[in-house]
Amino acid sequence: MAQFNLNVNGKTQQVDVDPSTPLLWVLRDHLDLVGTKFGCGIAQCGACTIHLNGTAVRSCQLPVSAAEGAQITTIEGLSENGDHPVQQAWMEHDVPQCGYCQAGQIMTAAALLQQNPNPSDEEIENAMNGNICRCGTYLRIKAAVKTASQKL
Amino acid sequence: MSNPNKLNRRSFLKVSALAGGGLILSFNWLAGCKPEEIEELGLPKEWFRLNGYIKIGENGLITIMSPNPEGGQNVKTSMPLIVAEELDADWKNVVVEQAPLDTDNFTRQFIGGSQAIRIGWIPLRTAGATARQLLINAASQEWNAPAAEITTESGYLIHQANNKRAHFGEMASLAATLPLPENVELKDISEFKLIGKSHKNVETKNIITGKPLFGIDYKKPGMLIAMIIHPPAHGMKLKSFDDSAAKNLPGIKGIFEFKSLQDDYPRTFFDTVSFTDLIAIVGDSTWQVLQAKKAISAEWEPIQGYEEKRDRFGAPEIRIVPTGLESEESQRLKMEAAAESPRTFRKDGNPEQAFQNAAQVIERTYEAPFLSHNCMEPMNFFAHVEGDRVNCAGPLQKPELTEQALSQRLGIPVENIEIEMTRLGGGYGRRSYAHWLVEAAVISQKMNAPIKLIYTREDDMSGGIYRSRYHATYRAALDENNQLIGFHLIAGGLPENPLYPDRFPAGAVDNYWAEGWEVPSNLTTGSFRAPRSNFMAAVEQSFLDEVAEAAGKDPIDFRMQLLEKAKANPVGDRNDYDPERYAGVLELVKSKSNWGQTPAGISRGVSAYFCHNSYAAQVVDLKVENGEVQIDKVFNAIDCGLVVNPDAAKNLCEGAVVDGIGTALFGELKFNQGMPDRMNFDRYRMIRMKEAPKEIETHFVESQIDPTGLGEPAYPPVFAALANALYQATGKRFYKQPFIHELIG
Repeated sequence: MAQFNLNVNGKTQQVDVDPSTPLLWVLRDHLDLVGTKFGCGIAQCGACTIHLNGTAVRSCQLPVSAAEGAQITTIEGLSENGDHPVQQAWMEHDVPQCGYCQAGQIMTAAALLQQNPNPSDEEIENAMNGNICRCGTYLRIKAAVKTASQKL
Repeated sequence: MSNPNKLNRRSFLKVSALAGGGLILSFNWLAGCKPEEIEELGLPKEWFRLNGYIKIGENGLITIMSPNPEGGQNVKTSMPLIVAEELDADWKNVVVEQAPLDTDNFTRQFIGGSQAIRIGWIPLRTAGATARQLLINAASQEWNAPAAEITTESGYLIHQANNKRAHFGEMASLAATLPLPENVELKDISEFKLIGKSHKNVETKNIITGKPLFGIDYKKPGMLIAMIIHPPAHGMKLKSFDDSAAKNLPGIKGIFEFKSLQDDYPRTFFDTVSFTDLIAIVGDSTWQVLQAKKAISAEWEPIQGYEEKRDRFGAPEIRIVPTGLESEESQRLKMEAAAESPRTFRKDGNPEQAFQNAAQVIERTYEAPFLSHNCMEPMNFFAHVEGDRVNCAGPLQKPELTEQALSQRLGIPVENIEIEMTRLGGGYGRRSYAHWLVEAAVISQKMNAPIKLIYTREDDMSGGIYRSRYHATYRAALDENNQLIGFHLIAGGLPENPLYPDRFPAGAVDNYWAEGWEVPSNLTTGSFRAPRSNFMAAVEQSFLDEVAEAAGKDPIDFRMQLLEKAKANPVGDRNDYDPERYAGVLELVKSKSNWGQTPAGISRGVSAYFCHNSYAAQVVDLKVENGEVQIDKVFNAIDCGLVVNPDAAKNLCEGAVVDGIGTALFGELKFNQGMPDRMNFDRYRMIRMKEAPKEIETHFVESQIDPTGLGEPAYPPVFAALANALYQATGKRFYKQPFIHELIG
């Protein structure tokens, strides 16, 4: 066990965990930020996507020891009132079905638009291809990313 | 529930006690409401309960209970919407609360069979109409005006003659004390204001902001995390284990062997479980438990075959569980042997003679592999057993049935068990088999602590309850005029026979023969989105495409002629489809897709099917380049009766298309020595955004027929529409799922 100071959603939080603990479980078990989801544990589904210094990363593969000092943003901290343009677009297109993967989808989309505010269809597909939606809402996800890009 | 007198107030206290259950992560009604509306009206000081579904605040805010579990079908919006329609509520002032399992107030709190809206249609409307009448009766008393003269409009009571107007909240306290009116009238469909218009999902805002909605998000003070280890192969059981390297790891509170369902427990259809002797690992946090799980070494031994007594919806049934470790090839041999001696389920006319007299016989054989449901939210459940009381919470499809198994296993009466239904991160049939709830409760009892059991992805994918492995041979006899004079199918599976003997083209062919078979297996299987239909539609509709081609007919015209015959002069009297509605969706998809005018460079295929009381037809437009499929567009034509919430219904149909295409192209699980050949998404290929259709258009047949289900019907036919389009693109017929192997091979 070791102490880590984490900057999560703009706040510094201290946790005492094994250094190998993936950030996913630190967020979920220790910081009660359960919006970031466990899907596969091997970085194949994207449900656990968060931002590390603005880049989309898979928190299930990121040891907490590697996250110290970085700006960590989770779905809970993406915007103050759930009104990030990507979240607004998700509302507009009423994207979710079961909803489990959507936090990861939104975090991936928000990071994409941060780097590339006007992505082509192909660029959207490339960026989003690592996020599985078992319910099959891909068309609405893509439409929402486009809507968000127009609003940015 | 169609009797309004059954809407009682008896168990309201039970409901409210649960709502105040002291959870640190809120699963109370605020989690299910539309926050912007709450801000507008504010929270009421007091709630008045008018019946099991409805409570109204003095300020006019209305809470409507959603009775059924929600796993993405949109019932948490659509079911309360139906109540609100008859209540004549302003949807803006409605908040939705998830009901717990409450068999006094609600019936059929299930996800399954696409039945929620169909079966809920009258009870939900009656609940709304009864509450509306109570409010009218209250206003009548208050205003000293005849009830018949009082009308309602969007949350208001109005007495025109005296120029009186009050919102529902103003009459709610009086209404709650009045006797329940009997035989209330329901609205005429033409009076609907909410139903038939699109309304946003009540939960979207909570989903996109990461609120704790799912079972896996559940947390209680003092809660421990539990995981299990089950055998690595089907046909094996636990012999012994060594936890010396695990038990002293930090945070570990307990490692022990336990039994979930007892061997002699007469199981219901949904008590299927692969492994009952398990190792539990319990600790403070998930990562610590995962580390300990890896540090345990276990020895396994082969099971001795046995017979399991089951209760299949009231009928006793024996499940044969054979000895042995099954492999792809050993299963194939057993299936081929069983296919040699099928049983007849239906025989019309003289099929043998028809095939003898045929000018042309077409025979094709189809196969489909095991599938894993792969819900994105891994299996999990919270349980807290305290003495003779159980509190549990999590995602499951059939809480009422699971409660029975739980009660029996723990020796605690059903009345002492509370099940809170959290949102499901997908179900697709998998969460009908809630053995993990029993496991969670047994672990909690043993640890004397609240625990949350979590399966890893690997635990889930290797743990059974799969879609069966299927096989079917179809034969068609055409005469010299290319008329279909004989039709013969032999369908079977390991372990489930998928045959539906009375479905199309039964009834449309004079000489028809349907046979089926099954092979016992020690692999467990269960319902998988549109059970059996997901295979039968895929192969029947592929075969009909090929028969139409052999007969020199357009595939839609060919089906239409058969449906014409089934309508005008049906063979047999137990055909379980309506040929007119079946033809209706084909007509609709034909016109919407401009069938006959295929866009340049595009190949297209068509398919149609009837299951779960609804009709679906699809046209798939695609291109194949270098073995890569690009699906440009899919047209859906659906007849599910009246559509309650059109945009949500479209979303569901789009999802079914994507899911069906993904499964047809990539979905498979094979076994080697009882072990699945893939256990996570690195090898189990799921459809991703790039492979999804670029566009999906969904059209509904305009209908005033009472609504039927939509969670499943759009899923089965798309397999065949895809196969038929792939044939047009490649010249190859696809007989074996998943198609990816033959596509690139």
